[in-house]
Amino acid sequence: MESINAKYVSQKISKTRWKPVSYSTLQQPDVFATGSWDNENNKISYWSIGNHGSSGMDDGFEGDPQLLCEHKHDGDVLDLQFLDQDRIVTASSTGAVTIFRHHQNSQTVSVSKHWARAHRYPCDNAPCTGVVCSSPEIVTVGEDGRIIVFRADQEGVTRVIAAPIHAVTYLRTTEILTVNSIGQLKLWDFRQQSNSPSQILSLSGDRVPLHCVDRHPNQQHIVATGGQDGMLCVWDVRQGNTPFSLMEAHSAEMWEVHFHPTNPDHLFTCSEDGSLLHWETSSQSDVPSFLQGGRNNSMMSRSAMAPAGGNQSLISAWLSGDSSKGRLETTHMLPSQTLSVNSLDVLGQCLVCGTDGEAIFVNRQVPV
Amino acid sequence: MEEVDVEPAVTNIPAASDGKHLGFAWGPGDILVYETLYKAKGSGCSFIHEVRKDEDIYSPILRKLFNESHHIFVGLQTIREDLPSKNKKPQFVSISKNYRSVIRACMEELQQVAVSTKDAQMATQYGNQVSILLAIELIWNLCEVLFIDAAPAGSLLLHLLDWVRLHKADVDEKARDVLQSESPAEHHDYWDVVVSYVLQGRLEETRQMLVKQATLQPAARNMFKLMDSLLSKMPFYNPGGTQTLTEFDVKWRHWHEEVDRCLQDNSFASNQHLEIICKILVGDEDTLLMHKELLSTWYHFLVTRLLFCHPTVKPTELHYYAQSCMTMFLDSRSVPEPLDSILLAAFEFDIHQVIKDCSIALNNWWFVAHLTDLLDHCKLLQSHNLHFGSNLREFLLLEYASGLFTHHSLWQLAVDYFDHCPEFGRVYLELQIERVPLDTERKALKVLRICEQRQMSEQVRSICKIMAMRALRNNRLGSALSWSIRAKDAAFATLISERFLQDYCARGTFSDLDLIDNLGPAMLLSDRLTFLGKYREFHKLYGEKRFREAAKLLLSLMTAKIAPRSFWMTLLTDALPLLEQKEVIFSAEQTYELMFCLEELTSSLNTTTPGPDRPMQEEDIELTKVELLRLALARNLAMAIVKEGTVET
Repeated sequence: MESINAKYVSQKISKTRWKPVSYSTLQQPDVFATGSWDNENNKISYWSIGNHGSSGMDDGFEGDPQLLCEHKHDGDVLDLQFLDQDRIVTASSTGAVTIFRHHQNSQTVSVSKHWARAHRYPCDNAPCTGVVCSSPEIVTVGEDGRIIVFRADQEGVTRVIAAPIHAVTYLRTTEILTVNSIGQLKLWDFRQQSNSPSQILSLSGDRVPLHCVDRHPNQQHIVATGGQDGMLCVWDVRQGNTPFSLMEAHSAEMWEVHFHPTNPDHLFTCSEDGSLLHWETSSQSDVPSFLQGGRNNSMMSRSAMAPAGGNQSLISAWLSGDSSKGRLETTHMLPSQTLSVNSLDVLGQCLVCGTDGEAIFVNRQVPV
Repeated sequence: MEEVDVEPAVTNIPAASDGKHLGFAWGPGDILVYETLYKAKGSGCSFIHEVRKDEDIYSPILRKLFNESHHIFVGLQTIREDLPSKNKKPQFVSISKNYRSVIRACMEELQQVAVSTKDAQMATQYGNQVSILLAIELIWNLCEVLFIDAAPAGSLLLHLLDWVRLHKADVDEKARDVLQSESPAEHHDYWDVVVSYVLQGRLEETRQMLVKQATLQPAARNMFKLMDSLLSKMPFYNPGGTQTLTEFDVKWRHWHEEVDRCLQDNSFASNQHLEIICKILVGDEDTLLMHKELLSTWYHFLVTRLLFCHPTVKPTELHYYAQSCMTMFLDSRSVPEPLDSILLAAFEFDIHQVIKDCSIALNNWWFVAHLTDLLDHCKLLQSHNLHFGSNLREFLLLEYASGLFTHHSLWQLAVDYFDHCPEFGRVYLELQIERVPLDTERKALKVLRICEQRQMSEQVRSICKIMAMRALRNNRLGSALSWSIRAKDAAFATLISERFLQDYCARGTFSDLDLIDNLGPAMLLSDRLTFLGKYREFHKLYGEKRFREAAKLLLSLMTAKIAPRSFWMTLLTDALPLLEQKEVIFSAEQTYELMFCLEELTSSLNTTTPGPDRPMQEEDIELTKVELLRLALARNLAMAIVKEGTVET
C-alpha cells in the first residue's frame, strides 16, 4: 500500500485514462488525462508522474502527479478516450463530442474538432454517455439512445442508430457492444445495414441497469459488465444469451470495469461505494490460494453452466467461474473508504483512479 | 433582542445606485438583493445581486482543505467506541496532527501562488488567506497541546516550547544567512541569532554559535568556557525518564542559583552580550522585555519566561502568567487583537470562549466545526444545550455542512457530515438533498443512491418524478417509465402507461419496445402498467403466430377487467383478424364472452347521447366497426359450434 499516492486536485474526477505507450519500448506509462464533472467550469487536464525508468532519483515526491496543461470543457466530462498519442476524444453532458489535441512542445491543449449537440432531445441537451475509438473511427452513444459513428478527419456524422445506452466497447473492428439501462448487452454489426442489433444478451429475472463493459484483450468473446447492483458478470458472447458467471463485487453501482491489457488474468473494478477491487484469476489447477494478507472479499459465484466441452486449454480462467476452488482472489487497492471512485485505468504496472473526493490515486507497483 | 457581540459588518452593493431601496431574500448561505421602487410602474433595475459571506469554498486551493479534512473527519467518526479513553489519546493526537498538516500543506501552496502571481489584488487576497491559515494552525496547535494532549506539569513546558519554535521560523532563516557568510561571528545579525536561540531554549545551537565567537576572542576564553558550561548544564525535564518532577525541580533550582551567582559575581561584566544572555538565563523580565522585536509576540515572551522562571508550571497556573505577560508585553494603548484574546481564552482553559471567539472572527465554519468535533470526541465539551435543542458540536457541524451544500460540487461531502449529526442531521439532509440540481442521469443516480441508502423514500420519489417529467418532456416514454418504476410511484406509472397507449392508438406502433417487453415483476406496480405489459405480450404472441394463446390472453384482458373500458374497442378490433382466420381459434365459450363484452360496450356507448358537434363520419365508422364485429363473431360462433359438436372419427 505504500506505493499509492493521493493527490487532491480541487475538482471531482469523472474519468482518468493513461496515454498509450508503444509496446515495443517497455516503458511504463507516465502521462494520464483526467476529466472533471459537477463543476461550474469543467476541465480536461494532462498530468505527468515523471516515470522515466530507474533514474536513481529518490526524491520524496517522485510519485506525485504534476499538472502539465489543461483546457476548459463545456459540460461534465462523461467519457474520455485517447484517439492516438496526441489526441483525446471527450463525451460531454451537453451532448457534444470534442477532439482535443495535446501539443507536447508547448504543453498546451487546443480543440481540434467539435461536434456540438451530436446527441440531443427535441427540447434539451442529451448527455453523451460513452465514447470508444479505433482511429480514425469514433463511436459515441448517448442518453438520447443513439449510436453515432464519426470519422476523426471528417466533419459530418457517418451513421446513426437508435437505442437507449449507457456504455460501449469495441468487440471486433466492425462490431461494437453496448449496454443499457434495462440490463441488456447488445451486439451491433456495422457491416450490416440494418439498424437493429445482431444479438441481444441479458440476465433473466431482475433487469438491472448495466453501466460499464469491457472485452477480454485476447479472447474476444469474453466480456465483463458491471451494473447498478455492483455485480460483476462475465459473458461468453458466442454461446447462450445469459451471463456465464455472476459475482457480487460491490455494494453500490459499479462504474468501470477493465481487463488488464497485457495480463488479462487480472481485472479491475471501481464503484460508487468507494472501493477499487483487483481481481486475479489463476490458470493453474486446484491449488486453493486464498492468502491471509490483504483484505479479500468473499464472494459468491453462480456459474450458469459448465464450459461446453472443447479444448480445455483455450478456455479462459474467467469462464470457469468456480471461485470456491480458490481460483479467484480479490484485493482492495485503495487504503481506506473514500467517496465514489468514478474511473480507473491500468497500463503496465501503473494504475490511476479518480474519485468524487476530488483526489487522484496513482499506484505504480500493481502486482500483475 | 440579545445584544450583539460585535458590530455587524457593512457591505456596499456597488451596482445599486445611491438612495434606492433594496429588497432581499435569505438563502442558505447568501442573500439575494435587488433594487426596488415600491411602485408598480416605472423602469427598475433588472439585476439581482448575490451577497456571499463565505468566498473560501470557491477558492480552488482551499477546496483541497475541505476534501482532505472530510476524509480525516470520516475516519475520526469510525474510531471504535469501546476502547478506554486512555488508549485513544494517541489516536486523537495523531488525528489532530493530520488536520494540522493539511492546513500547513494548503498554506504552503497558497504562499507559492501568492508569490508567483502577477495580479496585485490576487496577491493580497492570497496573502490574507495565508495569514488566516497561519493563525488557525497556531490556535489549533495550542488547543492540541493544552486540551487534547493535556500534558501535565513538566512536559507541558516542553510542548509549549515546541509550539513556539514551530511558529517562529524566521530564526532559522537568519541563522542560515549568518552561517553562510564569510565570517559568521562578525555578521551584524550574529548576536540576534544567538539571543533568539537562547530565548527559544535551543541551547545546543547557542553553544555551537558561541564557539565561533570564542575563537575570535582568545583573551576572553575563560568567560566563554564558563558560559558554555552554564548552558550545557541547564536541566530539561525528561518525561520518559525515571526522574520525578520534584527531583527535576531541585536540580533546576541548583542550576538557577549557580547562574545567579555568576551574575552577582560580575563574571560576564566585560562582555555586554554574554551578560545579557546570563540575565536571560536567570529569567530577568526587564531583559526579556528589552528584546521585544526578537520575541515579536506576547506568547513567545510567556513561554520564554516560563522556561527560565517556572519550568514546572502546572496547567492550572498558566492563565495567571498568560494574563500578566500579555499586559507586560503589549503597550497599554494598543487594543488586543482577536487572535490574542482567543489564545488567552485557551490558556484559561475556557474552550467555549475559544470556540465562540473563533466563530466570530472567521468567515467560515470549517475550523470551529472540526475542532469542536475533535474535542467532543475527547469528551472535553460538557453537553451544553443550546436554545435550538442540539448540542454545540452538532450545531456547528450542521452550519458548516449547510454552507457546503450551496456549493455546486462540495455537496457530496456535506452528506457525510449530516450523517454524523444524530439529532437533526437527517432532517437537514432531507431538505437539502432535494435541491441539488440534476443535470445528468449520472448525477441523479448518485443522489438517488445517497437517498436509498438512508431510506429516504419521499426524496427518492421526488427525484425520480423530476427525472421522469424531464424525460416525458422530451417524449422519452421508456425512460420516464423506468424512473417511475424505480420510485415505485404507481400514480405516475399509470400516467405514463396511458401516454404509451395513446401513442399506440395514434401511431399504431409502440416506442421503447425493449423496456415494455422486459418489465418483469415491475409490471404489477399499477393496473394500467400491467395492461400495457400484457397487451404487448399479446402482440408478441400474435407475431409468433401462437394464435390460441394470443386469443386466450386477449379475452382475459377484457374479462378480468384489466383493460380500461376506453380500450376495449381497440382490443375487439384486434380480435377481428383472429376471428377471420380459416381455423377456428376462439371456442364457443370464448365467443360468447366476446359477444357479451361487445354488448356491454355498445350499450354504454348508446347511453351517451351523441353531441351536436360530433361529426357524422365518426359515428358511421363506429357503427361499421360494430357491424363487422357482430358479423365476425356470429360466423365464428357458428364454426365453433360445428367444430365442437363434430365427433372425431
